Formats: sequence, C-alpha cells, structure tokens
Amino acid sequence: MRILLLLPFIGLLLTPLYNAETPALFGFPFFYWYQLVWVPLTSLLIWIVYKSEKNKGDE
Amino acid sequence: MEINWIALSVFIFFFALVTVLGFAASRWHGGGTKGGGGDLHEWGLGGRQFGTWITWFLLGGDLYTAYTVSPVPAAMFGAGAFGFFALPYASIAYPFMFIVMPLLWQRAHKAGYVTSADFVFGHYGSRWLEFAIALTGVVATMPYIALQLVGMEVVIKGLGLTGELPLAAAFVVLALYTYSAGLRAPALIAFVKDLMIYIVVIVAVVLVPAKLGGYGAVFSAAGEAFHAKGATLVLKPAQQLPYATLAFGSALALFMYPHSMTGVFAAKSADAVRKNAILLPAYSFLLGFIALMGYMAYAAHVKVATNNDVVPALFNTLFPSWFTGFAFAAIGIGALVPAAVMSIGAANLFTRNFWKPYVNTNVTPQGEAKVAKMVSLLVKVGALACILFLPTKFALDLQLLGGVWILQTFPSVVFGLFGRWYRAPALLAGWASGLVFGSWMALADGTKPVHTYLIGGEGYTIYTGLAALALNIVVATVIQLVLGQRGAGSTSSAKAANAA
Repeated sequence: MRILLLLPFIGLLLTPLYNAETPALFGFPFFYWYQLVWVPLTSLLIWIVYKSEKNKGDE
Repeated sequence: MEINWIALSVFIFFFALVTVLGFAASRWHGGGTKGGGGDLHEWGLGGRQFGTWITWFLLGGDLYTAYTVSPVPAAMFGAGAFGFFALPYASIAYPFMFIVMPLLWQRAHKAGYVTSADFVFGHYGSRWLEFAIALTGVVATMPYIALQLVGMEVVIKGLGLTGELPLAAAFVVLALYTYSAGLRAPALIAFVKDLMIYIVVIVAVVLVPAKLGGYGAVFSAAGEAFHAKGATLVLKPAQQLPYATLAFGSALALFMYPHSMTGVFAAKSADAVRKNAILLPAYSFLLGFIALMGYMAYAAHVKVATNNDVVPALFNTLFPSWFTGFAFAAIGIGALVPAAVMSIGAANLFTRNFWKPYVNTNVTPQGEAKVAKMVSLLVKVGALACILFLPTKFALDLQLLGGVWILQTFPSVVFGLFGRWYRAPALLAGWASGLVFGSWMALADGTKPVHTYLIGGEGYTIYTGLAALALNIVVATVIQLVLGQRGAGSTSSAKAANAA
C-alpha cells in the first residue's frame, strides 16, 4: 500500500506532465488546477495508506 | 503613507488578544500542575501531550510562516509560474512526513529526546556528529527567525507606521511570553492565528476574483503582464528542472528544521503525527490560493515599490480598513508563532547538545529549562538586531544557505531510523562535504538557490541543496564501505553513553 505514496512524487515532480495552459478549468490554466488538485489527492492517498495499516494492526 | 487608524486599531486589538493568550498559556493544558518545577519537556515541548488537533494548529501555524504569506505571492508576482513551486513542495512533504516522522517520534518518546541531535547522539554515540547536527540546526534557524520579522515589518509598513519601534515592541512582547510559557504559548496562539488566516484567505479567494471579474480575468491579466515581458503563465523549458528539484529538496528539508522537529516531538502519540500528515495539506491548499494573490494584484492594477509589498497593497486597494487591519493582524501574528517555535527549537538544541555535554554535564532537568529560556531570549534579541542593523539581504541569503545546510543533516537523521549500516565517521564526512560543496555552489552564483552543471555538453540546472545532498550521500556511502567494520566501535560507545 505504501507504494501509493510515490504517486504524488511522480505526479508533481515530472513537470512535463502538467506544464501547459490548457485544458483550463474555471478560468484556471491546467498548470495551476492540476497542482491544486494534487493537494487533496495527496491527503487522500496518505489516508488510504493510514487506514490499511491501521486495519492490518501494524504497530 | 498615511496611518490607517481603523486598520491599526483592529490590528492592535488582535495583537493584545494574543499577548494575553500568550501569557495565560503557561497554565494551559496541564502547564500549571507542575508548579514552578518545570523541566525542559514542559517548557520546550509543552509536556509532550498535544493531541491531533493542537498539533495540527501548531504545525500549521509553525510551517506556513509569515515569511510564506508575503514572499510566495511576491514570487508569483515577480517570477510567475516558477513561484508556484511552493505548492508541489507543500504536497510532497507529507507522504515523507507520514513515513519518517512517526518513527522519529517513537525513538524520541522512548528515550526522552528533545532534539534531533539527541537522537543522533543516542543512535550513533558520536559527540562530533551530534555537534554537527545541532550546530546546523541552530545556524539554519537564526536567519529564519529574522525573516519572520521581515514578514511582520511588511504589514506594519502597510498600516502606515514608520520606524523600527513597533517591530521591536512586538518582538519584546513575544520574547517575554515565550520565556514564561514555552511551547504552550505558540500552540495556543496558533489557534487564533490559523483561524484568522483561514478567514482572510477564504474571503480573499471568494471576494477578490468577484471584484476583479473571476479567476479567468485574474489569469488573463497576469498572462498579459507576463507576455509583455516575453514570458507565459507556465514554466519555460529551462525552468522545469529547477522547479522540480527545488520542490523536492525543500520538501526533504522541511522536517529537518528544528521548529518542525519541536512541533512533532510535542505530539502526544505517533498516531497524532500520522493523522497530521493527512490533515496538514489543508494548509497547502490555502497556500496555493495565497500564491495566486500575486496574480490578483495584476488584475487589481496594484502598483508596488518592491514585490514583497504586493499582498498588503492588494488588501489596501480592495478591502475596507477594518478587514485590512484584520488581515494584517493575521499575517503579523502569523510571524509570532513560527518565531516562537523556532527560538524554542534553537534553545532546546543549545541546551541539550551544547550546554549539557560541554558546559555543565550535571545540569538538572529544571536547570535545562532555565538555560533554554535564557537562550530563547538571546536568540530573539539576536534576530532583532540582525534585522535592525544589517541589510535584509543578509538574512535572506543566510536563510537560503540555511536551507542547503539543513538538508545535509538528512542522512544522519533519516537513515538512522531505518538501520545501523551508516556510522558516525562516514555520515560526518558526508555532512561536511555536502556543506562545503553546497555553500560553494550557492555563493559562486551570487547566492542563488540553483546551479547549472554541464554534463556531456548539456546544462542541467538543479537545486543546490539537492546536489549537495547527493554528494553527501555518495561520500557517506563510499567512506562507510571503505571503513567497513572499523567504524563499528561507535556502537559500543553509543551503548555506554546511553547507559551513563
């Protein structure tokens, strides 16, 4: 499950993935809304890992 | 500039409120129960009993400093898309926090460590490495505290006040309640500060674009301004690698700073630390919109003398006086929380890792708290003097170097959590080479965060801190391989030291 935590690094550090103005969303160029979306997404991924470790009784 | 009396009154009201809270904090959350016999765990870590929510407010108030609120939008205003690197940085810091910081918390909790250098001494048994880590922490923190003052100076100026007296007065008040209440003061004030910042940003995020014709208008106004300069709203090809490496390197450095460590060690449980890795990105989302204020300024046709004034100028242009005062108070108080935690973090390092081993080995836990309180005062006076008597650029340059330096403590702190292969001599050599190389590269370009390396005829521009960290790890690994078991002697001395 911890492998999920690599996704934000991939999604945010590979700048060619998102260095574009289109498609825009609510007036935000792609570059900006894409990176903003990654904030709650990162939070969600950490939560999923947290839940899975809690259920397994890790610790 | 004229004094804005309404804004100033609102500002003073909130400042007075947090001052009262700051002094009252010494009795908050079990602080009064130990009477006058507080030790360093009480003063320097608030008794190590902050749950998930208090930790969330404290770390949120501590990591997202006043120095974030002014310079990030200023960077967007001046440099465009490149200034947005703060956002990916503030996202990827948290998966890292989730994996690493609960482990460090557990070690600290078990052994009673107050600082990261305590852990390093406990784990490797080397006074040299402990000294290196503690010294790096103190030196990297000092300019950071000074820059909180710069953040405060910006809003004080925005209120129309001149001279250095208001800034000095605010800082003396801060120093006094930190002295008396320790970490409980910023923890309690963080509630007020963070709520205020949330209100300000949410109002700004909704109202400013409404006044300016929506986010589409904001981005097109900024786009036009950058097109005129021959740029766009996205990164230039040559900016992509600096952008990614700055985000990555800064994220790795964030939790190495003493003020981050202090906030984490003060948590009640490893679970509270984990939950904070999930919850703290809420502040990052806010940071994204704070950054965009730099673009809103273009749509509002704000004119500023220096980029740093862009946020105060935006508020002065668009909002009624009372709300401007509220917003400025939020930013001003926003400087107090991190400045307090930073000075406590530096004082903890001084006391535990300089005073105790070298000056008074028999210092009692109460004696430790006394030393730390005095040091926290000295640290703040030093920061104030630095801002009043030295050019601001000096603090800015030092802070930039501090980021490169603090990243060099990463292998010693983080690798130690996952195994015992690396030993002190190798890590010390890695630290020293990273420090020298990083400072040299940063200063070679006139104190710039990135440096261009020519590899096979192609230029690669990357964050100097990250390049230095790579060298640091390579040197540590090679020396460890060469020394092999000969470095192992330090483990037995570590055990002896722990037993003593």
